[in-house]
Amino acid sequence: MITTIIFGFLALVLVVAGFGVIMARNPVHAAMFLILAFVTSAVLWLLLEAEFLAIVLVLVYVGAVMVLFLFVVMMLDVNVAVSREGFTRYAPLGAIVAGVMVLELLVVMWAVDSGLPITADLASVPSSHSNTREIGMALYGNHVVEFELAAFILLLAIVVAIMLTLRHRPGLKTQDVAAQVKVRRQDRVRIVKIPAETEP
Amino acid sequence: MITLTHYMTLSAVLFGISVAGIFINRKNVILLLMCVELLLLAVNFNFVALSRFMGDSTGQVFVFFVLTVAAAESAIGLAILVVLFRTRRSINVQDLDVLRG
Repeated sequence: MITTIIFGFLALVLVVAGFGVIMARNPVHAAMFLILAFVTSAVLWLLLEAEFLAIVLVLVYVGAVMVLFLFVVMMLDVNVAVSREGFTRYAPLGAIVAGVMVLELLVVMWAVDSGLPITADLASVPSSHSNTREIGMALYGNHVVEFELAAFILLLAIVVAIMLTLRHRPGLKTQDVAAQVKVRRQDRVRIVKIPAETEP
Repeated sequence: MITLTHYMTLSAVLFGISVAGIFINRKNVILLLMCVELLLLAVNFNFVALSRFMGDSTGQVFVFFVLTVAAAESAIGLAILVVLFRTRRSINVQDLDVLRG
């Protein structure tokens, strides 16, 4: 009973936060609503006893991705008035498409017998069961190649992000290590033989 | 009693909200990226719920990979956005027509 109340409250907060993300006039407010949506989802995943992913969602999304979003939103001077043009014109179309999409998803779930345990209660797990251990065994056991691929994708993202935003300004005085190493003695030092002065 | 249906309905509603957001905020690239993040969250919700109700941890491993790809995607997307703003002084989707034939 208490679980149902908690779920209802969290679901309400999540839907309100979702509407906040898409309706907010200010991009900073939208980012804040998105943070609320992520935290609420993490709590809902805790309710589902998926503890590892709940923690990862907060750490990775709220801690890294949303900070990046807020940084970019505040760094760029976005003209809010221009970006809100056509809001009322496209809102009905968006609502219709979204409504049809949700309806289709619900019809598939309710009307089609897919063999999913849609009315079963959550199977209780013993308190000694560790969700992190279970995921770790799967990640480093059957899915180790995919895990390495994920690491490679992250490395690629780092390299691409740095490469895209790195800027070489002409005329900027910086240290060029290669040129420093390449220089030879005869480029810099010239020994001039000057004959000694003699008494006239 | 909370069943799989509740979680999947919530996920479908969240998915619908973010699709509507993509239609509404079609001028601002930052808000489009945020809507895509919300979309991926709704999909992850389905994965976690199905994984728990069917007792198979592979779904949660998949969520892990989706999170990885989404993080990489948003990092590269925001980097492109910064470069775009530097050259065009605008992130309006309507202004991004330098590639037209």
